[in-house]
Amino acid sequence: MTKLSLIRNFSIVAHIDHGKSTLADRLIQLTGTVAERDMKEQLLDSMDIERERGITIKANTVRIEYPAKDGNTYVLNLIDTPGHVDFAYEVSRSMRAVEGSLLVVDATQGVEAQTLANVYTAIDADHEIVPVLNKIDLPAAEPERVKEQIEDVIGIDASEAIEISAKTGLGIPDVLEAIVKRLPQPKEGDPDKPLKAMLVDSKYDPYLGVVVIVRIIDGVLKKGQRIRMMKTGGLYEVDKVGVYRPAMTDVEELGPGEIGFLTAQIKQVRDTRVGDTITTEKKGTDTALPGFKPSIPVVFCGLFPVDANDFEDMRDAIEKLALNDASFTFEMETSAALGFGFRCGFLGLLHLEVIRDRIEREYNIDLITTAPSVVYHIHMRDGEMRELHNPADMPDLTYVDHIEEPRIKATILVPDEYLGDVLKLCQDRRGIQLDLTYAGSRAMAVYDLPLNEVVFDFYDRLKSVTKGYASFDYQMIGYREDRLVKMSVLVNDEPVDALSMMVHADRAEGRGRAMCEKLKELIPRHMFKIPIQAAIGGRVIARETLSAMRKDVTAKCYGGDATRKRKLLDKQKAGKKKMRQFGKVEIPQQAFINALKMDG
Amino acid sequence: MPEDWQAGGFGLYIHWPFCQSKCPYCDFNSHVAARVDQAAWGEALVSELRRYAALLPGRTLNSIFFGGGTPSLMDPQVVAALIDAARAGWPTANTLEVTLEANPTSVEAGRFRGYREAGVNRISMGIQALNDRDLKALGRLHSVEEALRAHDVARGIFDRVSFDLIYARQGQSMEDWRAELTRALDLSPDHLSLYQLTIEPGTAFGDRHARGLLKGLPDEDLGADLYDVTQELCAAAGLPAYEVSNHARPGAESLHNLVYWHYGDYVGIGPGAHGRITLDGQRWATSTERQPGNWLHGTRAGTPAETREPLLPADQAVEYLMMGLRLAEGVSISRFHRLGETPLDPVVLERLTADGLIAIEGDTLSTTPKGRPLLNAILRELLTA
Repeated sequence: MTKLSLIRNFSIVAHIDHGKSTLADRLIQLTGTVAERDMKEQLLDSMDIERERGITIKANTVRIEYPAKDGNTYVLNLIDTPGHVDFAYEVSRSMRAVEGSLLVVDATQGVEAQTLANVYTAIDADHEIVPVLNKIDLPAAEPERVKEQIEDVIGIDASEAIEISAKTGLGIPDVLEAIVKRLPQPKEGDPDKPLKAMLVDSKYDPYLGVVVIVRIIDGVLKKGQRIRMMKTGGLYEVDKVGVYRPAMTDVEELGPGEIGFLTAQIKQVRDTRVGDTITTEKKGTDTALPGFKPSIPVVFCGLFPVDANDFEDMRDAIEKLALNDASFTFEMETSAALGFGFRCGFLGLLHLEVIRDRIEREYNIDLITTAPSVVYHIHMRDGEMRELHNPADMPDLTYVDHIEEPRIKATILVPDEYLGDVLKLCQDRRGIQLDLTYAGSRAMAVYDLPLNEVVFDFYDRLKSVTKGYASFDYQMIGYREDRLVKMSVLVNDEPVDALSMMVHADRAEGRGRAMCEKLKELIPRHMFKIPIQAAIGGRVIARETLSAMRKDVTAKCYGGDATRKRKLLDKQKAGKKKMRQFGKVEIPQQAFINALKMDG
Repeated sequence: MPEDWQAGGFGLYIHWPFCQSKCPYCDFNSHVAARVDQAAWGEALVSELRRYAALLPGRTLNSIFFGGGTPSLMDPQVVAALIDAARAGWPTANTLEVTLEANPTSVEAGRFRGYREAGVNRISMGIQALNDRDLKALGRLHSVEEALRAHDVARGIFDRVSFDLIYARQGQSMEDWRAELTRALDLSPDHLSLYQLTIEPGTAFGDRHARGLLKGLPDEDLGADLYDVTQELCAAAGLPAYEVSNHARPGAESLHNLVYWHYGDYVGIGPGAHGRITLDGQRWATSTERQPGNWLHGTRAGTPAETREPLLPADQAVEYLMMGLRLAEGVSISRFHRLGETPLDPVVLERLTADGLIAIEGDTLSTTPKGRPLLNAILRELLTA
């Protein structure tokens, strides 16, 4: 057990690419926590997908021992939190587990929207915050301007910001000293009180079962203890207690203020809820930690295997992924056009993409993704409220009184030369401006936006109109009534349920027209002409016609060509598997996702 | 019970792989050689012919076809030796057709009489275009004038003369083609092969096309319009299409090519030649060494390199349908079902009939004039159902 006065727990708040992972690597390296030969980039990001996308999905922790200038050796626990808005709740829990944060800002770029959201979360958690300016070695670095911006936009003192280059190692010893001197020790914790520990995050390990990251508040966690999860009620026997250095290292016990892991033969991540309180089965604490909230999916879509024979493999893949991700929900769905698949719920679009990519990549299953949808509240005339996860399930309008949709508060930071385009984009997406302020040459626009206008390609459009200079963050602010309609798409007079979507009545015609034009490009010509229509109820609001194929024949086919032409036909047979049949029409799988991408 | 190939007849294909120059659109097995030892090639081809005659004795031979390459570069004595060997090896039909492909140059026209004496009774001339600019672009060594003269010579010597034209060329308009085809029909041929230019990978055009340098090719719609006008003009001139790209006065069809499209048996000799032969009830796909030097060496050494692949019932059914539906006369549904394992899907047949793309009359399935230019798409439907 370590004395409280010698423990410092902290997290790092930074925007993507501002150098969070590199700084963490340097801290680990400089303190000799990892031997030089074992250093690899981004020690903390363990999943391939995390490394590839430069994002953190699961919280990670590492324990660093640092001999400070005052002669004491301190235990520094770093929690690396998820950095994306989809995982805002997980971020807030991780923040509650530590007392301070390093705010890392790229000295050539300045503060970004994502940084803002996370730094406010840190402030909400009563963190002491040490600003760190990274990439100070680059010629484009403007430390003074960025310090001013930190003070203006975030409102914290930046006069003692530490100037570093995580890449070259410049200033790293100053960061270590600042962690010890400027960040507070854990608030009181009593080893003699009943065990009270916070469940920070958990992940599935094929050998150990679920590994739970914990922060001890009171009491002592030991191997062999019988523990209880206060929210889920689960009872387990602890079979391993340890810390990450960053490799898993067993320890005898974890005391107040310490961060580490436990394993207890827990079968699935679903049984461990982020923010839950862990105590002993007998003589445990009565008071759970405040602020627990089950995570609720906000974006839904259907995932279908391209090859119907892959359905069982896909079920297996989804169940395995769900072992490690409690926030992702799924249930079987049957679509007239797409056959068997799953309706899945996600915390956000990034979360959706990560899960989809993992099924495709790790399990080698080609998927069709249907239009992402948010959860609508359908208020029926009889007073009942139904949650609508799938536009295909929209009830008969005669029984519907009104429909509410989820709204978000979006914060966008953008260099002012692109502000006009950003405002137009938000306007086009039915946004209501809440605030517009300037800090230096950058503007901060705050909008109230319908989530359904954001789920699909808002972020892509934002990046494209601002050449990647805008940053974006959002939080849910509740439900509001609006004039929403279900738009269905008919290909050759057959409704394609996978393409139906909820849209605002005023935007339906534009969306319908764009959808029909897109599909006309995406569906290959057939031997007959194909009408493509968008309709609301029985009323057609947009129509395109894909003209018939006129010529597809081999000019020469003699004795010497028979083998080659036959083999070509065999190959085309295989190609047809990538298509889906809707009545007489074949639609390539790519069309489903691309048809939804709007250009405006 | 008769074997399936008997419904299509029996033909012999002889490949002469040499050309004076390689045309940029051509993906056939052709090579430019400075000197060809005609005697050695003649002997090797004759020995191959005899080998097959021994393998397939007693069949009635319906046709011989000299293709290439440029078989009009062959010595008439070599042609004579091969025809003699064929007649010695198999009984021949009274209607035996012996075709030789010829380039329309004056040099080659000088050999026509020799070919006739050797036993050739039909000439197929690669005229390709009736304007000099396009002939040059297509890499042809003759001019329009020279081609027309060679054609006259051929007509004076042979009863049956066909020629080829390539259309949908770079920059070719509807009016250009209409005028050119009209001029071709004015020569009153009884057989014409009219091919839409196809860009094949591995050719000079293919490379240029891949690099985006082949400009002015017609799009699908213009290509279809050019095809339509071809059907219209030829039919009006009394040469309806009996196959996708082949037009003839009734009775003047190429018997040799009908062996392929009727899915008969054919022996293919020479480098890179393909065959379909039935031995003890099993149909085989044969092909020979492509590289002329290796082929000659192996054949002379008595070890000809030939690969022989057995064709599964399903493969045979696909080939029959693929070849047979090219013909206006169509295919026999019962023959298709006898060959293969999977019957045609009645739902697909009904759909394609309703769309006016195919017609079924009794046992005959054929493409309609509307369906024929979409044959590949129709085959995909019929065969992947």
